[in-house]
Amino acid sequence: MIEKALRGSKKYWLWLAFLASIIFIGFLCYLKQWKVGLGITGMSRDVSWGFYIANFTFLVGVAAGAVMIVLPYYWHNYKEYGKITVLGEFLAVAAVLMCMLFIFVDLGQPMRALNVLRYPTPHSVFFFDACVLSGYLLLNILCGWTVLHSEYKGTKYPSWLKPFIYLAILWAPSIHIVTAFIYQGLPGRHFWLTAVMAPRFLASAFCAGPAFIIIAALLLKRVANFDPGKKAIEALSKTVAYAFIINVLLFFFELFTSFYSGIPSHKAPIKYLFVGLHGHAEWVPFMWAAAILAAVAIILLVIPATRKNEATLVLGCIAVFLACWIDKGIGLIVGGYTPTPFETITVYRPTLPEIGIALGVWALGFFVLSVLYKITIEVKKSKELVVKYNGILFKK
Amino acid sequence: MAIKRRDFLKLGGLTLVGTAASAAVENLLIKGEAKAEGYTSAPESLKGKRWALVIDVKKCKENQSTCGFKCIEACNVYHNIPNIPDPKKEIKWIWKDNFEHAFPEEGTNKYLVEKLEGIPFILLCNHCENPPCVRVCPTRATFKREDGIVMMDYHRCIGCRFCMAACPYGARSFNWYDPRKYLSKVNPLYPTRTKGVVEKCTLCYERLADGKVPACVEACPAKAIIFGDLNDPNSEVNKVLEERMAIRRKEELGTGPSVFYLID
Amino acid sequence: MYNANKVIPGIIIFILFFTAPIWLNFGRLEAIPQPELPKGEKKCVESKEYMRAYHMKLLDDWRKKAIRENQYIYINSKGEKYRISLQKTCLKCHNNREKFCDRCHNFVITHPDCWHCHFTKEEAKKWQ
Repeated sequence: MIEKALRGSKKYWLWLAFLASIIFIGFLCYLKQWKVGLGITGMSRDVSWGFYIANFTFLVGVAAGAVMIVLPYYWHNYKEYGKITVLGEFLAVAAVLMCMLFIFVDLGQPMRALNVLRYPTPHSVFFFDACVLSGYLLLNILCGWTVLHSEYKGTKYPSWLKPFIYLAILWAPSIHIVTAFIYQGLPGRHFWLTAVMAPRFLASAFCAGPAFIIIAALLLKRVANFDPGKKAIEALSKTVAYAFIINVLLFFFELFTSFYSGIPSHKAPIKYLFVGLHGHAEWVPFMWAAAILAAVAIILLVIPATRKNEATLVLGCIAVFLACWIDKGIGLIVGGYTPTPFETITVYRPTLPEIGIALGVWALGFFVLSVLYKITIEVKKSKELVVKYNGILFKK
Repeated sequence: MAIKRRDFLKLGGLTLVGTAASAAVENLLIKGEAKAEGYTSAPESLKGKRWALVIDVKKCKENQSTCGFKCIEACNVYHNIPNIPDPKKEIKWIWKDNFEHAFPEEGTNKYLVEKLEGIPFILLCNHCENPPCVRVCPTRATFKREDGIVMMDYHRCIGCRFCMAACPYGARSFNWYDPRKYLSKVNPLYPTRTKGVVEKCTLCYERLADGKVPACVEACPAKAIIFGDLNDPNSEVNKVLEERMAIRRKEELGTGPSVFYLID
Repeated sequence: MYNANKVIPGIIIFILFFTAPIWLNFGRLEAIPQPELPKGEKKCVESKEYMRAYHMKLLDDWRKKAIRENQYIYINSKGEKYRISLQKTCLKCHNNREKFCDRCHNFVITHPDCWHCHFTKEEAKKWQ
């Protein structure tokens, strides 16, 4: 089946070459980090996690969000998702891969990464996160690949796969709950110490993941003649709309708790992010950009006419994706570290090499995703040909 | 004979698993080669159940013009702490700050702030009874010893900095660069660190093993830092804490710091 | 076999590539390294043969015992006691990295990162 990825149009190869060149730039930046140390990033003693962990957190959501397609298809037998289910599973594969790479590039001693497995530590959430992430990666490779391979052969997927599919569905929320637990269980980080962290993570995951799939499916429709099915996109766009509204609501609950209670330490990070604090307002434009994107997204996704129109739907989904990326990525991390435990402010700004490495990881994820999607589409298309060749019998 | 690609891959996979398993078995066998008759603790070492520091901030205030903060200097010199000019990337085991920063939740009480104005608060790892950094470390590179010291094993640290996120006292530093470039003189009795690991105060565990008190305690000309075992009712720290008024940082978080500040 | 004219040369190139170190170093067998032992010291904490084979295991055990269990004294197989410390005990005698450690370690191309943190006075001069 993998040979499908080796034969493609000029555009396909150009796209892969473009991604490969970004991966190469990222790799060069990483070599510098390897040599000099994490000092080449903008992180500091006070803001000791930054852009890498921000992207990691967001991408765990994207990976988990794919379950919003897998679940209705397998559990409720919602046939309309038949064409995009594998897209969801493969998105999870690429996203988890990026997560792992983001963790890897964030390590001060990457050669010792396997110490996490050599000295298993059940009381560390990081240990669980490593376990659930690698488990989820394997499950999605297994399920996605086997289902697609059965389709390639023209059979239904084998029955032994069923328990793995159900396990993967149950597993998906767990990766994001565990990731939320990394943050919400820490004393003294007021912005993170909230019980709605995990629900918020799930809500943002269940909108950002499907939003990406809508964008990808509609893009593939244009560039690769792939038809995801009108009903599938319509149903999925409703999922995005509901999940995103819940996500925004949960954010307002946070605002209420912090500002109605009036506790200064709970208000401070939110003030820093949205209006600035002690004369520092580095992230204010980004947070307001996220807020405006969120408003645009809700308008476009709630009004049925704009949700059903492909152009406005894609715009809405892009807005959802970017709003979540800012809010659950950099906003979450910077807010957690600002103010510092001394109630002072240390400014964090990602540096160019840091951004280069992050872009490299994203490009690598997209590279894997493009290859997997290419295989998927070729398999689906070849099936269509067979159907047409056999004539009336199998035509819908 | 024709081998299918699938079978070939399966065979390859099996070979890999087999190699890994045999390597693991070999590793286990070699472990049995330790020749030692045994290990023991040093007879001269200081033994305690829960080491603690009591810092008399009044003495710090009275002597700050003359003492030259020997506690900080002695620690830096002894432990080969690099002097990194960029405050964002610096390494600190013990340092000084004002009351509002050390106790931010009391910072809105202006009468208290006025009373404690101008006092240098010596800050360091609190060697908590219930340390959040130990809870989160995925490799047990940071752990709590039986004598209450929250230790670092630099050989095992992967540099994930989860402990830095967990520490509510900002007591941990990360080696963003190779620290050796920033060392002007070195103490050959103590190693440096390497880039990519987290470090912090270890309460001079190796000095305790030699029967000496921590470097900061020894260096203070005003004897403002008292060191002792909190579990020993007759220790000096216990006596001082019974008589005078002491506060700990961020009491409400339940971490149970072992560093006390005498404020009366 | 399909594409035999491509596959067989491919396999040959692959094998040549992975065995390159053998061919490149063929007939250039260097003398077995002779690390220079510290002068004036007759014995190490354990026998020469044991140290040669297992020093890394011993150092690993030392670290665990000292740091994790507060057991700072090593009692060797003859019952002699040594203070566990790389800086204070090992490097006191083994104070020449090039002539002792590096001679064997370079020969077998293993580069442990001991010296990233541990050092002798001589070593310190290099990066000061």
